[in-house]
Amino acid sequence: MEKLLNWVDERFPLTASYKAHLSEYFAPKNFNFWYYFGSLALMVLVIQIVSGIFLTMHYKPDALLAFASVEYIMRDVDFGWLIRYVHSTGASMFFVVVYLHMFRGLIYGSYRQPRELIWLFGVIIYLVLMGEAFMGYLLPWGQMSYWGAQVIVNLFSAVPFIGEDLSLWIRGDFVVSDATLNRFFAFHVIALPLVLVGLVVAHLVALHEVGSNNPDGVEIKKLKGADGHPLDGIPFHPYYTVKDILGVVVFLMVFAAIVFFAPEMGGYFLEANNFIPADSLKTPPHIAPVWYFTPYYAILRAIPPLFGSQFPGVAAMGVSVLIFFALPWLDRSPVKSIRYRGPKFKIALGLFLIAFIGLGILGVLPVSPLYTVLSRVFSVVYFAFFLLMPWYTKNDTFKPVPERVIFK
Amino acid sequence: MKKLIFFFLALPLVALASESGVPLDHAPVSLNNHESLQRGARVFVNYCLTCHSAGYMRYNRMQDLGLSENQIKDNLLYAAEKPGATMQVAMRPAEAKSWFGAAPPDLSVITRSRGADWVYTYLRGFYRDDERPTGWNNTVFDKVSMPHVLQELQGQMVPVYHTIKGEDGKPEQVIERFELAKPGKLTLPEYDALVGDLVNYLDWMGEPAKGARMTTGIFVLLFLGVFFIIAFYLKKEFWKDLH
Amino acid sequence: MSDKSVDNSKRRFLVTLASATGGVAALGVATPFVMSMMPSARAKAAGAPVEVDLSKVEPGMLLAVEWRGKPVWVVNRSKEMLDLLTKHDARLTDPMCEVPQQPDYCKNVTRSIKPEYLIVVGICTHLGCSPNFRKEVGPADLGSDWPGGWLCPCHGSRFDLSARVFNGSPAPTNLVIPPHKYLSDTKVLIGVDQGAAA
Repeated sequence: MEKLLNWVDERFPLTASYKAHLSEYFAPKNFNFWYYFGSLALMVLVIQIVSGIFLTMHYKPDALLAFASVEYIMRDVDFGWLIRYVHSTGASMFFVVVYLHMFRGLIYGSYRQPRELIWLFGVIIYLVLMGEAFMGYLLPWGQMSYWGAQVIVNLFSAVPFIGEDLSLWIRGDFVVSDATLNRFFAFHVIALPLVLVGLVVAHLVALHEVGSNNPDGVEIKKLKGADGHPLDGIPFHPYYTVKDILGVVVFLMVFAAIVFFAPEMGGYFLEANNFIPADSLKTPPHIAPVWYFTPYYAILRAIPPLFGSQFPGVAAMGVSVLIFFALPWLDRSPVKSIRYRGPKFKIALGLFLIAFIGLGILGVLPVSPLYTVLSRVFSVVYFAFFLLMPWYTKNDTFKPVPERVIFK
Repeated sequence: MKKLIFFFLALPLVALASESGVPLDHAPVSLNNHESLQRGARVFVNYCLTCHSAGYMRYNRMQDLGLSENQIKDNLLYAAEKPGATMQVAMRPAEAKSWFGAAPPDLSVITRSRGADWVYTYLRGFYRDDERPTGWNNTVFDKVSMPHVLQELQGQMVPVYHTIKGEDGKPEQVIERFELAKPGKLTLPEYDALVGDLVNYLDWMGEPAKGARMTTGIFVLLFLGVFFIIAFYLKKEFWKDLH
Repeated sequence: MSDKSVDNSKRRFLVTLASATGGVAALGVATPFVMSMMPSARAKAAGAPVEVDLSKVEPGMLLAVEWRGKPVWVVNRSKEMLDLLTKHDARLTDPMCEVPQQPDYCKNVTRSIKPEYLIVVGICTHLGCSPNFRKEVGPADLGSDWPGGWLCPCHGSRFDLSARVFNGSPAPTNLVIPPHKYLSDTKVLIGVDQGAAA
């Protein structure tokens, strides 16, 4: 065994990588609840890839066969129902985990110098994930799949000058059709997953280069012991492996509870209308995107058309996602963690949270005058959180940041 | 009897739009009641399958309902079909469209798109309406193109109108309640029970793996519960070092 | 880090226990994925037993039917054909059908339940081609001692009228006799063993 290991190590940095990324990767010892979601996101990615591969073995990317092939998986394939529910639940849970992971970054300032690139890779992952989810949602070829895709692709026609041609090019047809389904399938099963895996690797490489942030926002590498290891750092393995295993088991309990007892999740994970095959002549009475897109959809609807063009709404929706990129440079606070920040930031973050969740709820509801007003207020709050950030993060009262992390 | 009729007739009578907010009656769905499911299967094959397919459903899947393959063959199959076949229908969709104005939808997953309660209310909500080409209308599906296929069992319901003042001040005719104008072969409670069995079957057919899903789920969660205890003590043991 | 009071045996026990549980979990997760690759209900329905009416197959004739996507030949062998079967044992690889390429109830010279009706899967045991039926005796290209049988077009494997392989063929074994049972005198069901319930 020893000999084999030596043989490999002379040709491939196996032991070195193991040490660099696990047994001698020193992570702050004060990680709390919020620090589970990174490893969980990685696990959900694996779940999605594996279940996706097996669904691909039975699914038919053909407008005439797609809907039937999904029902075939649900009925005729042994355990097909389980694999499909795992994949559909996994899609939603991916966003649950990613949103919590991003929120962690927000409260502890994990996007701050020197971790800007980790954050940027993360935001790109989030964007690609949205594309992945959107294209995957077309594949069951139900009414919601179809009309959701129709509406979202039509958003691109609002782009000035090239819009019409752009949406035509995306669809490959005058409406969402077999051609669209086929190309979305290609993107969903191979192109975007490859990009996603590459970005995840980049995200982790960048993380391990600078080391993890922590709830106190203290740089543990500043204080090193006699052995050259950070005083407040502990080896990732075994301490965080056993901790993450615990997190994974708890997460799987929630995941299994949904898969086995509420796979439709009251219509939020699998919508009733998606059990009707796609019909290009009949729009369902009430269509809304899947829950993880609804905050942005609500922003889209909140912005009134300008000069008879839908473009402002579409642009606002685009900016509302892309603005996350700017976060590392908008935040001017001298401290990272919310623990040592003042009331202005806490209020701003609280309002942002209310606005984001509020928009998410409004995005599933049908339009009404009251809701439109609410959506506009929330949209303003959403953008104000980012645009006013340079001001309120700087002119705040701060608590002194300790030398060492707080660990009880 | 009269009282029971009124019980049934207390159907919500809001202005009828096809996606109206009519409150739905609760369907007596019970996944474990094999007898009800078997009765429902028979009603489905005898009445619904004439026009509607259930193209994703295989006859031999009904073995899950406690029927043997021979029972399925003898009671539920047409002579030429094989037990492994899916529930197809002889009527061609194009023909059906010319007869009814719309092709009868496939019913494999109807309860998953409409909900069992909706189907239950719908099948009990047909009433006579001479303005419709079929002579029938429905409380939850206004201007439905399907005629009342089960009328020989339920009989014919006729609406009783009363006049109210509409929003614009003009009098409007509104359905107040229904009366059984012509009794069917079954009493109304018997009919409700029959529709209940049928909807139970439709609900089962929407997801035949549901039973297996629930049972598997219990074992998976129990296993994860044990795993949680082990993982908890494992973490605790290692993290002792740090205190 | 202080390793003052580490109870190593307890730690090792917990690690072993957690690894074992993780192993069970991995097996449990693998099961549905592996099972999903087995033939589906649709494949099983399409591969259901096939009923053949023998009254349509005249002596000397071959009827090909499809069972589980494979050609199955139903051959009605004439009296003369049956008589020839016992005369070339020396040239056969497995004249007594010792290799279980047939159900036990067909382990005989005619490899059938009823002597005249041979029911055989028409796929060469060499590399899976479907051999051609050459029932004529002693044609020019197969030699004067050809008793009638099958010739595989791919690599020239030869089989007699009981689908037994001749010596020197690339095919290692006789052709496969599928399970079948007689429902009546003239009706046979391919895909179900004799004695099994329909």
